[in-house]
Formats: sequence, C-alpha cells, structure tokens
Amino acid sequence: MVTALLDTARARRVAERVPDPELPMLTLADLGVLRGVEVGADGTVVASLTPTYSGCPAMAEMRADVAARLREAGYERVEIRTVLDPPWTSDWITESGRRKLTEHGIAPPGPAPRGGPVPLVLSPTRPAVPCPRCGSADTEETSRFAATSCKALWRCRACREPFEYVKEI
Amino acid sequence: MSDDHVYLTLAEGHEDDTRWAYGTGFEDPLHGVDTTVPEGVDAAELAADCVALADDALISAQRLAEWVTRAPELEEEVALANIGLDLLGQARLLYTRAGQADGTGRDEDAYAYLRDAADFRNVVLAELPRGDFAFAVVRLLVLSTWRLAHFQRLVDHPDPVLAAVAAKGVKELAYHRQYAADWAVRLGDGTEESHRRMRAALDEVAPYLGELHTAYDVRDEVADVLRQVTDAAGLAMPVYRPLPGSGRAGEHTEHLAPLLTELQGVARAYPGATW
Ligand SMILES: [Zn+2]
Repeated sequence: MVTALLDTARARRVAERVPDPELPMLTLADLGVLRGVEVGADGTVVASLTPTYSGCPAMAEMRADVAARLREAGYERVEIRTVLDPPWTSDWITESGRRKLTEHGIAPPGPAPRGGPVPLVLSPTRPAVPCPRCGSADTEETSRFAATSCKALWRCRACREPFEYVKEI
Repeated sequence: MSDDHVYLTLAEGHEDDTRWAYGTGFEDPLHGVDTTVPEGVDAAELAADCVALADDALISAQRLAEWVTRAPELEEEVALANIGLDLLGQARLLYTRAGQADGTGRDEDAYAYLRDAADFRNVVLAELPRGDFAFAVVRLLVLSTWRLAHFQRLVDHPDPVLAAVAAKGVKELAYHRQYAADWAVRLGDGTEESHRRMRAALDEVAPYLGELHTAYDVRDEVADVLRQVTDAAGLAMPVYRPLPGSGRAGEHTEHLAPLLTELQGVARAYPGATW
C-alpha cells in the first residue's frame, strides 16, 4: 500500500515535469492540463490529460511525451486518458506558471468568465492587459488570435514592444 | 531541443503511431473517454445530431482555411485559421462520438473523407463559396452566434460526451462570435465601400437564415445578437426570405461537391495515407 502511494507520487512527479509543446516554459502541471496520475495494483500508470482547446494540435504530442517520459522512468504499462469534463479553463494555470509566462514576456490570463451566457462586448472599453515587460497599462490588442488558439497579440504603447497574451477561457 | 534539429527530434520521438501533423489515421480524439451511451438516450438520434454538428464545423473549417494566403492582413489569416482549427477539433470529437453511438464503429476519417455530398448534413450557409472578407465576417457572425446558442443548451444533454464537447465549444465559439462582431462593426461603420460590402453580405446570407431556425430553435437569441451588432454597425437587420431545400436533409448546392473533392482528394486516392 505504502509502496503504491510512493509509486503514484513518483509517477506524478515524472508526468508533472513534462513541458508543454506550445508553451515550453510551462510544464503540463503549470498549464493545468494534467488532471491526474494513478498507479494501479498491477503497476499500470494511468495519466489523465485535458485539451486546452478542442482543436489543440499539441494534444497528441502531449500524450506521446507523457507516455515516453513515464516509460523512461521505468513504468512499462502506461495508459493516457483524455478527460473532457470539466473543460479546461485558463484559471487552472498555476501561480508559478503565471510567473514563468511573465518572465518570458507573455502576459498571463485574467480571471475566466464564470458560467452562464458568454456576453458579447461591442464597446471599445475592454480592460487593457498590462505589459509583461514594463508593466504599463497603456496597451492595445492587435489581434485576438496569435500563433496558437490560446493566445492573442497585444502591443505596448509605453515600451513599444509587441507581446502575446494567454486568453481567459 | 535545438531549433536546427526540431524536425529530426520530432521524427525520433514519434516512432509510434502518434502523429501531430496531417493525414489520416490520427489517434482517436476520445481516447480513454468512457464511451457508453447512457440509458434513455436514443443512440441513432445522438449519432445523427453529432454528424450534423460535425458537418457544420468541418465544412466551415474548410471554407475558413481557404482564407490562408488570401486574407487582407496576416493577423486575419491567423485568426481565421485558428477559428477553423477550433471547429475542426469540435468536428473530430463529434464524428468519433457518432461512430460510437451508431454502432458502426466508424472513425473520424470515415465520416470526413469517405462520404459523398448527399450524405453530408451541414446547413447550406456553411458550404457557400468563400466570397469576400465582408461575407466571411457576416457568415461567421451568423454561424457562430447560432452554434453558440445551441451549444449552450447542449451543455445539459443527457449524453455526457456531447455535453462535454458542447461545454468546451461554448468557450471557443464566444471568441469566434466576438471576432466576427468586432469586424462587422468596424466594416459596417467604416468606409462607404466597406459599408456597401457588408450590406451586400447581409443580403446574401438572408435566404439561408430560415434553415438555421428549422434546425435549432434559437431564433430569439440569434436575432438579439444580430440586432445588437447591426445597430452598432449602422446596418439593417437581414430580412428572411426562406429558400426551399435543406442541407440537414442532404439537399445541397452545387458548391459542396467541389469543396469535398478538394478536402477528400488525397485521402481517397491514397487510402490510409499519412503526410
Ligand atoms: Zn511595455
């Protein structure tokens, strides 16, 4: 029993350290997509992952990376499960994940909208995202979509640097 | 991983059948999800619903992808491609669910690549040719508003897989709708030329709105959003002029078959190909 618990803790540490393929400064645990790791009585490791977006092309790569790292760590039987419910929210990005994003010049998300209908905002008064480099609030959105679905493109008028911003979802 | 060797590293790290690029035979996107159809859910009906929703998404994604290299600005190309990718992701999950529910065990490739135009159940608005950027904006506004309103109801569907796909989709569709609404206001309230093109685009989608309302009764929600946006854009609400025929019954325009020829060509010529 104790061995199984220790083994689960060890397997979890291995899986938690796998970097995200699209935001490699974050681990899958930082991003909040690793939903659980269990080692069964027969030694099978079951790791559960949830996609950030339905079309996230990195999902297959994440699954393969977690399985490969666990096998390297000596677990022969590895099963990766997909969890769709509850859906991923940017609120699951950890504090350390947010710090790492900022350090890499990417603005972390604000709080995600809470349940219920998603309101349409047509006024130009959406709250500004603070610049991750200089902290200025004098910023503007240049594109709602960036290189990946989870990010938008912004520009800082104070330091004149463009930056990416992880969207609230 | 050094950037010079990124492709080599990927190739080495993925000798198993898990791939991240293009082609057929992807790993089941519902891999490891409990696929039991709950008691009290009509499996055939569930499968048909999933196929219709997936077809709307796949055909829309294909039209959005046509904007790559053709959008007015790089940012818009990236945005339209990302929106298409979200929809493609929704389609993959829904096709996979359909194959489990209808008992045929068909995978996503079978639905996307191996059916003919008459087997597709997408609404006709999704298949109309790409048009100009104003038309792309208006079509996306209408389809994302309609799909979002329907998905908000599907969140309570008795099938937990469809409910979960909807809950995830709601978040994505809200961004799609916001993107389209922003452009609709910018173009409608822009130059004389952009305003004229927006009016033409609204006239063009009007006959296809009736089909949307027959498919899912979310007329009030859709009308409410369209009114907000057209008001802010200084445009008139589109007037419904219902057309005969329905994509939901497999009755399509002449535009769907060529789209499918392009979408399915490689997969049909080289069965099981990966690229
Ligand atoms: Zn700055």
